[in-house]
Amino acid sequence: MKVLIHKLNVFCVLLAVIFVPLAWAIDPSESLPDPEQQMLYEEITKEVRCLVCQNQTIADSTAPLAADLRREIRRKIVAGESETQIKDFLVDRYGGYILYKPRFEAWNWLIWLAPLVLLLAGLAGIARFAKNRANMPIDRDAD
Amino acid sequence: MFKLKFFLPAIVFAVIVALFIVGLQRDPTIVPSPFIGKPAPAFDLPELMNPEQRVTENIFQGQVSLFNVWASWCPGCASEHELLMAIGTQSDVPIYGLNWKDERPAALKWLQNRGNPYKAVAVDRDNITGIDWGVYGAPETFLINADGIILYKLVGPLTPAIWVEEFMPRIAEARGENIDK
Repeated sequence: MKVLIHKLNVFCVLLAVIFVPLAWAIDPSESLPDPEQQMLYEEITKEVRCLVCQNQTIADSTAPLAADLRREIRRKIVAGESETQIKDFLVDRYGGYILYKPRFEAWNWLIWLAPLVLLLAGLAGIARFAKNRANMPIDRDAD
Repeated sequence: MFKLKFFLPAIVFAVIVALFIVGLQRDPTIVPSPFIGKPAPAFDLPELMNPEQRVTENIFQGQVSLFNVWASWCPGCASEHELLMAIGTQSDVPIYGLNWKDERPAALKWLQNRGNPYKAVAVDRDNITGIDWGVYGAPETFLINADGIILYKLVGPLTPAIWVEEFMPRIAEARGENIDK
């Protein structure tokens, strides 16, 4: 029995170690009463870059600037603004870099179009290769 | 035709290397401001010394000026303060301050101890105007022309070299354009 309790204790400590850091990321004082608004809030904050700590989203970051931006986003959601309006607000002030999924803009068109261009180039290459092969003389000796 | 095919991998490699040389030398912590060439965003904030007075974006009208984002908790602000004092007292470029995410007593003590280079200081304790200006750290310094258009933004402390290389030519140019009008 004692051994079982001991094992249970170890298990509980392990659970705590695993889940407490996850709980830290969610600040209950920052949640919105309306579940739909809360969902929108979580969605937006996960896509906004924290410019002070650039490899974090403002949802993950504990930086004061991230907290300020979260506050501003909550205020705007409660005021009934849409996701697009809120993202426009951020991009107008901080530039496209603030969104983890940047929009198609003048400065990043190359990256957006590169996959399509590479695909077309590949198809053109295959087409040329196939055409060249069709034009090759047939090798009778192979029979 | 054979020759191009032969060199193509080398050419592609050279282009990628060139992109890396340019791309990896850029500082990703400096985010370009979308406000360059645009009017200064509006604000209406209390003044630091005289809280009953208001400071608005109208202060930028009529002369080329600097708008310096600072706070008493900010080490970079301490390192640039001496230069701001020199510019504020010896040059004809007025400096306006945005006291950002700071406590009033600490900010007042800071100016008392180090001197006050500012013509006026707007107080933005809760980072409302800061967000409207795309501020993401302190210090930041905006250069604004006589029509209230933002010409340049510096992220990080101002140094004599940056002042001479980045600010002085732009100030001269801005004043030249105004004379022509």
